[in-house]
Amino acid sequence: MGEVIVITSGKGGVGKTTATANIGAGLALRGYKVALVDADIGLRNLDVVLGLENRIVYDLVDVAHGHCRLKQALIKDKRFEGLHLLPAAQTKDKTAVKPEQMKEICLQLKEEFDYVIIDCPAGIEQGFKNAIAGAEKAIVVTTPEVSAVRDADRVIGLLEAAELKEPKLVINRLRPKMVRQGDMMTIEDIIEILAVDLLGVIPEDEQIIVTTNRGDTVVQDQRSRSGEAFRNIARRILGEPVPLMDLERDGNLFTRLRKIIGLR
Amino acid sequence: MLDFIVRFFQRHSLGSKEVAKERLRLVLVHDRANVSPELLELLKNDLVQVISKYIEIDERGLEVTLDSSEEMVALVASIPVRRVKRAVKVASV
Repeated sequence: MGEVIVITSGKGGVGKTTATANIGAGLALRGYKVALVDADIGLRNLDVVLGLENRIVYDLVDVAHGHCRLKQALIKDKRFEGLHLLPAAQTKDKTAVKPEQMKEICLQLKEEFDYVIIDCPAGIEQGFKNAIAGAEKAIVVTTPEVSAVRDADRVIGLLEAAELKEPKLVINRLRPKMVRQGDMMTIEDIIEILAVDLLGVIPEDEQIIVTTNRGDTVVQDQRSRSGEAFRNIARRILGEPVPLMDLERDGNLFTRLRKIIGLR
Repeated sequence: MLDFIVRFFQRHSLGSKEVAKERLRLVLVHDRANVSPELLELLKNDLVQVISKYIEIDERGLEVTLDSSEEMVALVASIPVRRVKRAVKVASV
C-alpha cells in the first residue's frame, strides 16, 4: 500500500509543478513506483513539464466520470522506470471532479504505486479541496518572498484543519548571494515564521529553465545544484537522514573560475 | 556612478530582508487572528461555564471579540456581572 502526498503552496508560480515532477522522478530513480496526478484541472501543466504532452489520451476527469479505466489514462514515462502521469483535463473546470471521486482515484492508485504525488492547483478554493481530499501527507512549497510565505502560512492552517497534520516545507529559488547580503530571508527566518519542519531547499538555478524547456527534469542532471537538492528531498521522503547541502559551495572562487572556463 | 553610490550606502543600512521579516510578522498576526465565528462562539460558551462557577453573569450581555491593532491582537471580553457569589466553593479534584 502506497502513500499519497499532495504538493501545494497557496500562491501560484512558486514551483509546485516543477517540484512535483522532480520529486516524483527522484523517487522513481531510486527504484520506486510513482504516480503523479495533475489536479490542476483547466490549467494542466505537469504534462508539458515532463515532456509527455503528446501522449495524453484520457485524463483525470475521464477517470472520475467512468469514461475510461484508470490504467488507460496513466501515461508511462519511458525515461524513468516506474514513473507514471495521470494528466488533468484541459477543457473542463475545477468542479468537474468531486472530492469523493478524487479520494477513490487515490485509493486505487495507492494499491499499485509506492508513491502517489498530487500537483495541487494554486489557490484555496475547490481545486485545492479536491487535490487534498485523498492525501495523507502534504508538502508546502514556498519561495523566500513575503507574499509566498504569507500564502504558505494560510495553506498550512487549512491543511491542519483538514487533518493533514505536520506538513513539510520546501523552500524554492533561494539565492545564497542575496541571503549573504541580507536582502533575502534565510532558511531559519522562514522556518521560524511558519513553524513547520523543513524537507528541503532548492537554490535558484537557471538549469531548471533549460531542462523544463526540453521537457526534462533537472533531478537527473548530476551536475546541477537544484537537481542535487531534489535528489536529497526524494531521499528524505524515503526516510534517509540527508543533511542540507552547502548552498555556499557555488559561491567560492574556485567553482566560479571553473564555471568561467566552462568546466562547471 | 550614482547608482553605485546609492547601492554602497544602502548596504550599510538595514538589509531588506529584515523589513520583509517584520512586515510578514505583522501581516501574519492579522491573518491568523481571523478566527471563525464558530470558534468564538465555542470559546464564549466555555468562558460562561468557567466564570459562572464563581460569578453570576448576564449571559446575554456577554461579548467576546478579537481586537487587532497595528502591533498585536487582543482577546477582549465584556462580561456584565450580576452578582458575585458570597462563598466560593473550591472544587475538589
